[in-house]
Amino acid sequence: MEQRSAIYTDEKLIKKLLEDKDITIEDALDNEMVINMGPQHPATHGVLRLVLRLDGETVLSAVPELGYLHRGYEKMAEEMSYIEFIPHTDRLDYTGTMCNNVAYVLAVEKLLGIEAPKRAQYIRMMIAELSRLAAHMIAIGTYAMDVGAVTMVMWTFREREKIQEIFDRLAGARFTTSYTRIGGVASDADSVTIKMVRDFLDQFHSALDEMDKLLLGNKIFIDRLEGIGVLSKEDAIALGVTGPNLRASGVAYDVRRAKPYLFYNEMDFNIPTYTDGDCLARYWLRGDEVRESVKILYQILDKMPQGEILANEPKHTLAHKAEIYTKMEELIHDFMIINYGINPPVGDVFSSAENPKGELGFYIVSNGSGHPWKMKIRSPSFCNLQAITNLCKGAMISDVVAIIGSLDPVMGEADK
Amino acid sequence: MGLEAKLQQDGFVTTTIDAIIAWARKSSVWPMPMGISCCAIEMIAAADPKYDLARFGSEVMRFTPRQCDLMIVAGTVTYKMAQVVRRIYDQMPEPKWVIAMGACTSSGGMYRSYSVVQGIDQFLPVDVYTAGCPPRPENLINAVMTIQKKISKTKARDFQDQAFDNSVITNN
Amino acid sequence: MDMKEIIVEKLKKNFGEFVQEVTDFRNDLSITIASNKIVDVSKFLKEDPELEFVMCKDVTAIDWATRKNRFTVVYHIYSFKNNYFLRLKSNIVEETPAIDSVTSVWPSSNWYERETFDMYGIVFKNHPDLRRMYMPEGFQYHPLRKEFPVLGIPGSLPLPEKI
Repeated sequence: MEQRSAIYTDEKLIKKLLEDKDITIEDALDNEMVINMGPQHPATHGVLRLVLRLDGETVLSAVPELGYLHRGYEKMAEEMSYIEFIPHTDRLDYTGTMCNNVAYVLAVEKLLGIEAPKRAQYIRMMIAELSRLAAHMIAIGTYAMDVGAVTMVMWTFREREKIQEIFDRLAGARFTTSYTRIGGVASDADSVTIKMVRDFLDQFHSALDEMDKLLLGNKIFIDRLEGIGVLSKEDAIALGVTGPNLRASGVAYDVRRAKPYLFYNEMDFNIPTYTDGDCLARYWLRGDEVRESVKILYQILDKMPQGEILANEPKHTLAHKAEIYTKMEELIHDFMIINYGINPPVGDVFSSAENPKGELGFYIVSNGSGHPWKMKIRSPSFCNLQAITNLCKGAMISDVVAIIGSLDPVMGEADK
Repeated sequence: MGLEAKLQQDGFVTTTIDAIIAWARKSSVWPMPMGISCCAIEMIAAADPKYDLARFGSEVMRFTPRQCDLMIVAGTVTYKMAQVVRRIYDQMPEPKWVIAMGACTSSGGMYRSYSVVQGIDQFLPVDVYTAGCPPRPENLINAVMTIQKKISKTKARDFQDQAFDNSVITNN
Repeated sequence: MDMKEIIVEKLKKNFGEFVQEVTDFRNDLSITIASNKIVDVSKFLKEDPELEFVMCKDVTAIDWATRKNRFTVVYHIYSFKNNYFLRLKSNIVEETPAIDSVTSVWPSSNWYERETFDMYGIVFKNHPDLRRMYMPEGFQYHPLRKEFPVLGIPGSLPLPEKI
């Protein structure tokens, strides 16, 4: 104690301290602080890094930095055949794997100019909607967890597990499914799977209501989200935001309706929109979308036709293993496809599908060989993240967590 | 009446310090969820009500490295991310263990590309490799149990030097 | 009149010889524009009251490797009003790959152009913040160019030391 007081009474030392250029004696409130958030932060949903400039607790500017999960998909796609790339699409938006599978094969089919049989398309629709439910379950759960409601993530994961059990039976893998094939799907959905889906849907309503009850009456949850991170309609369009985030800002744009693929034009569903464009609207919108998906799923189950699951295009579609081992012609085609590829005509196509996060598009340039000459993935998370600078400006530092959660980026596809 | 029976009657148990420390350590492994990509979702699934990692005392996921003793590297580690992973590993207090969850972290997996590190053992000491892309939650639980087996064989003096080093070097 | 014909006719009327090529493959209309006119054409397409291509969905490039004009920049734009999707292409003729940035027309192209710069090394003139998007600063190569090997160049990216 004595020693310390001696230091402070030492005039020489005080003078020396004052001369030291590293020590500034200014008004602390005038200073701005630069703080680093991520890439390893529980609220950034992966490895997003934000550099924030703060004045007190107000964010003056936010600069996102990406690339911590850049895996070089587009480069690898140029080195592999069209069929080989299907497992890679699983890992783009890894919360809704089946949607990516469907979007990719649709792009390749557009390039080839072939179409899958009706049953295959219905199965694709079914798995895409189930996958959307699974992805939104993660989105809602982790979003609620970010703003402090930890129970939600347990409840949503409980529902998600049931969907993954269905995938496990259908595709043989619960998570990275790689289920679709060019010209169809890998295996048929038998009656047990269909029944599993129906059973799941029947109990899902009450689970959703339970979740709503948990959060609807939660004042903290509402207060933390209402009026936070408002994205106006004009900004959303200008920044290229798609999916739930765009619809929460009041633009009723859904690829399933704007450019119907599969059999979505035969389905009866609404496109929920909100005009507020804040974090709470983005939360409600996901909830509404889940209910619409359930509606679509019931219709799919009712209308599911019987028939083939693989198109009769021997030069483009891989036959089933059992046929390859027993029939000569299939063996020859299999050899040709594996060794030389499916050789689509020279040209380029852009095909997009509505994914849980937004519009996932594939731009494929073919030079007639077995590999794509170029493949560009238009990933929705990447485009949605661009809005983050606008949204964070002027927000409090605790709102940043809510804003990231509401945009719901998945870094696997944002970084590609 | 033997000595042990006499002690038990009085409410005492004889054991070694090593055994009791190892038992305490292995029953409360706090993981640092280094969730980078796809495997992170399966890691959360392992902690969810169905698989329930809490049965093995490892559900306390702490997002600050200072409170953890097991790092689960879940997902593809790129060269850009490798610096961060290493930095967080260095911040964890001794003793610490590492699980390489999934094919990407173990060997680069399906990503033979310019930006992906072909196995995190190039810069981290890995204790358990977990197969799968991503591993099922059961497999992750198996990995945690393997770590527990490994911990139960340790002795307190194994970590003495490291614990001393850690108290000297703090900020990284 | 069909939307395709309207767009092509309008562009030909206003820009004449700068509209170099019109192709229609699998019902995707794609129009090649001279690279020095890309901003003018973009502005026209966005502001024309009949067209209103207000959203830029994607910007990327193609490396043709052996062609004389090696790079083609590709824009994907969308009109909510007509529910129509259009592809613009522009061949870069210069020796050092560079093209005008369209961020003044579509703010969303900011990141897309940064990504294209990172991957192909195409410089977007008048871009507000042209940095690398994915690869670390200081990385010397552009990965999506055809001469870059898929496994990368050993030693070009640092790793932490082994413990």
